[in-house]
Amino acid sequence: MKQDTDARAASGARGDVVVPELGVVGSLRWAWTQLTSMRTALFLLLLLAVGAVPGSLFPQRPANPAVVTQYLQDHPDTGPVLDWFQLFDVYSSVWFSAIYLLLFISLIGCVVPRARAHYRAVRSTPPRTPKRLSRLPVHGTVEVPAEEARAVGLTPSSAARQAAAVLRKRGYRVDVRDDGTAQPSVGAERGLAKEFGNLVFHISLMGVLVAVAIGGLFGYTGQKVVVEGDTFVNTLIGYDSFSPGSNFSDDRLEPYSIRLDAFDVRFDREQESNYGQPLDFTANLTTQDGPGAEEEQQVLKVNAPVSIGGTNVYLVGNGYAPVVTVRDAEGNIASEGPVVAVPSDGLYTSLIVIKAPDAQPDQLGFVGFFLPTAFVDEEGVSFSRDPDPFNPQLNLNSYYGDLGLDDGTPENVYVLDTEELTELNSRNNDDGGIVLSVGQTYDLPEGKGSITFDGLKRYIALDIHHDPAKVGAFVFAMLALFGLAASLFIARRRLWVRITGHDDGGLVAEYGLLARGEDHRLQDEGLMVRKLLEDRWSVPEVTTGEYRVQEAASSAAGTGQSQNTTKDN
Amino acid sequence: MPQPVNAELGQASELLMLLASIAYVVAFIFFVLDLVRSSTTINAVEARLASEQAASTRSLASVGAGGGGSTVAEARPAPVTADDSMDYGSGARRGTARIAVALTVLAAVIHGAAVVSRAFAAHRVPWGNMYEFCTTGALLVSVIFLITLTRKDLRFVGSFVVGLVVVMLCAATVGFPTPVSRLIPALQSYWLIVHVSIAVASSAIFTITFAMSVLQLLQTSREAKLLAGKADTAKFLRLVPSALSLENLSYRLNAIAFVGWTFTVMAGAIWAEQAWGRYWGWDTKEVWSFVIWTVYAGYLHARATRGWTGTRAAWLSIVGYLCIVFNFTIVNIYFSGLHSYAGV
Ligand code: HEM
Repeated sequence: MKQDTDARAASGARGDVVVPELGVVGSLRWAWTQLTSMRTALFLLLLLAVGAVPGSLFPQRPANPAVVTQYLQDHPDTGPVLDWFQLFDVYSSVWFSAIYLLLFISLIGCVVPRARAHYRAVRSTPPRTPKRLSRLPVHGTVEVPAEEARAVGLTPSSAARQAAAVLRKRGYRVDVRDDGTAQPSVGAERGLAKEFGNLVFHISLMGVLVAVAIGGLFGYTGQKVVVEGDTFVNTLIGYDSFSPGSNFSDDRLEPYSIRLDAFDVRFDREQESNYGQPLDFTANLTTQDGPGAEEEQQVLKVNAPVSIGGTNVYLVGNGYAPVVTVRDAEGNIASEGPVVAVPSDGLYTSLIVIKAPDAQPDQLGFVGFFLPTAFVDEEGVSFSRDPDPFNPQLNLNSYYGDLGLDDGTPENVYVLDTEELTELNSRNNDDGGIVLSVGQTYDLPEGKGSITFDGLKRYIALDIHHDPAKVGAFVFAMLALFGLAASLFIARRRLWVRITGHDDGGLVAEYGLLARGEDHRLQDEGLMVRKLLEDRWSVPEVTTGEYRVQEAASSAAGTGQSQNTTKDN
Repeated sequence: MPQPVNAELGQASELLMLLASIAYVVAFIFFVLDLVRSSTTINAVEARLASEQAASTRSLASVGAGGGGSTVAEARPAPVTADDSMDYGSGARRGTARIAVALTVLAAVIHGAAVVSRAFAAHRVPWGNMYEFCTTGALLVSVIFLITLTRKDLRFVGSFVVGLVVVMLCAATVGFPTPVSRLIPALQSYWLIVHVSIAVASSAIFTITFAMSVLQLLQTSREAKLLAGKADTAKFLRLVPSALSLENLSYRLNAIAFVGWTFTVMAGAIWAEQAWGRYWGWDTKEVWSFVIWTVYAGYLHARATRGWTGTRAAWLSIVGYLCIVFNFTIVNIYFSGLHSYAGV
């Protein structure tokens, strides 16, 4: 594609190595030219793609801090090295940020001059008519015989104006020049929206980046587990975990409240192959916009968050919370209420940890499983057979000693460190493990106390997000999409028509087309314009001579389009 | 309350899928046969050319070497006999290729019936797990290929594209067999319809351009060889247009698919915002979608960068497609992440 190569050469010209001028200003200018060249942009784009990959190979702190800690423990040699290279924080790492910031600087350096040039192009008239239109990749002539021209009183000047009108109707902006001379011509151009779309696209990408940054600065996210009947209040202490943006302050939290009235779960019971697969999770909530505000009933589902107080509340998990009472050696209640059990599979086989730091004289701790529908296999191992609670059962080991809660180090409520504790019950000792169905009580060995399985509740895990810039991100993303489509699918073309009058009164209209960028329909456009001009001047269609000339010329120019439209095989 | 699935219809769908696979295999054989036959024809013509020692250009050309007669008479064989415009009507009739296309149409119809019956069996769109992504995706590949065939003579990539369809169907039935089922809550969203359908359609187009880019590379090295006066070792590539016209057409298709992929990523972000509360979180699937997007953006830039058009751009298009395959298979199966609902 000759004309394309030319266009490419033009747009890539800045990519050529420029001999650096001497001096600081010169070197700076040289560096800037290099940075904003197309080749650098391409290199940075590919680098960005490569740089993003490690984030999918190594666990990432923002998503899975616990997995990263585990990884570091498991790989004491390589782990710290990887960590030094920030491979566990790829997307906030210095090197990844450097790549995309350089890319965006390059982008600005690219877009600003282009926007200026485009502004000028939009305001200026279509470029002057080339001397030899037959040099253009697509060209041809339309002849108006003398009789016809005389019949409608066509002069070179009126023909030029009529051609301009035809082209304007076809979406070209036009300019008639040399009007009144023997050789008036029309310069026409269309598809300026292509470049505009390209600029909108690139600028919108920056808009998206800025919106993401603002969201990171002023937004916050938090997690909260809510058991049936319990209420969550949107204050800092109300959260189980909370990650504020860097510019967050707590007065941004609106003190709304959410009560979980009921949580309904439906599993597939009809289909053999998917028996027990979840079909529906529905949380029925009572919300209040603030203390004393009116109560409102709302429904929360997996793909349908609830909006309240400037935040969105999402249902991201659920499970069972067995209600348990622990009494100590003195018979006093050391702990009571629902305990959140963490599901580990689709059948809701759940891990449960119960801590009773208030037990006297020794603190008590329990670790084990909760099974919604307990079954025992041939080897005597209990397992869950169904996600619904048809036969709920607790299987626990018990310990006593110092739970280590008093020294102030933050403690994971879902983990019990048994290293410093003394075992009371387990499958491996004489007393065996504790097995409890609803309503049953187990007395601990050595008179250390007792544990009762009072009942069963469900809980939901909520994610609560506030992102003030997400609308901005959305708008820019949409602008980028439309800009991209415009820049890829609109064809930018220039077209000229030159009218020459003959002595006998006949006229010849020469036309030529030039594409800017890829344009596989340039040939068709040439034929279309030719037809429009012929119709305008009622010239009988000429199918000999020039047609072939035109074709030969255009294939020499390599537009690659043949006129062959027959489909006979 | 959604209706229960229709298991019998689901089984019928699986049977249809099997039939479609068989039809595709036969079509594939005919496409390969077409390439072999055409090479044979070319060889025969060349042999005769050599013996007659370039006597009368005209009469030889009309023997029809499957392409523009004038090139046959040149002293050295021209690298390409296929028409660069990829329009129909140039060159000799290729009966075998016509049978292959007819078989592909037949296979696509059966395949379509299989996909549609699965949708009715499940009372939902047929893209809710790996098996369905694969089978529906394969259907789109063959339908898009057939649609393109009505406008451009791309039969030279037939063996390649239909071969890939067969691979996809095998992967689905052998690798990810999944009985008809309802959707888990995480997938119950109309965004499933929008997001996944465009993703599958874009990937289908990328599949075709992948095939074309591979051919482009082969053709480029062959053209270079012939220019250097070496022997033609890959004669079947005569049926394939020049590397430049392959590049131009695959650019146009890639541009369409790229807009589709951009939309896919954005729709995915909107869905993620609705389901998980953040529109972007560098989940494994998101990382790879981003990588794919960036590689193809690189491809588009390469086309406008001096020294990067042609072979290097083709490599980017191939790398992009390999990333898509990786994202679809390895990431779905071996990487854990929020997208791990693929049903494997
Ligand atoms: C975040 C980084 C970037 C992305 C994702 C991106 C993406 C794209 C895409 C998808 C296109 C295709 C549209 C088209 O071909 O018209 C494009 C075109 C273009 N981009 Fe970028 N771009 C980025 C950065 C840059 C930079 C830094 C420059 C300047 C050096 C640049 C210059 C161009 C130019 C000149 C075109 C038009 C190419 C043509 O004539 O086809 N882009 N960009």
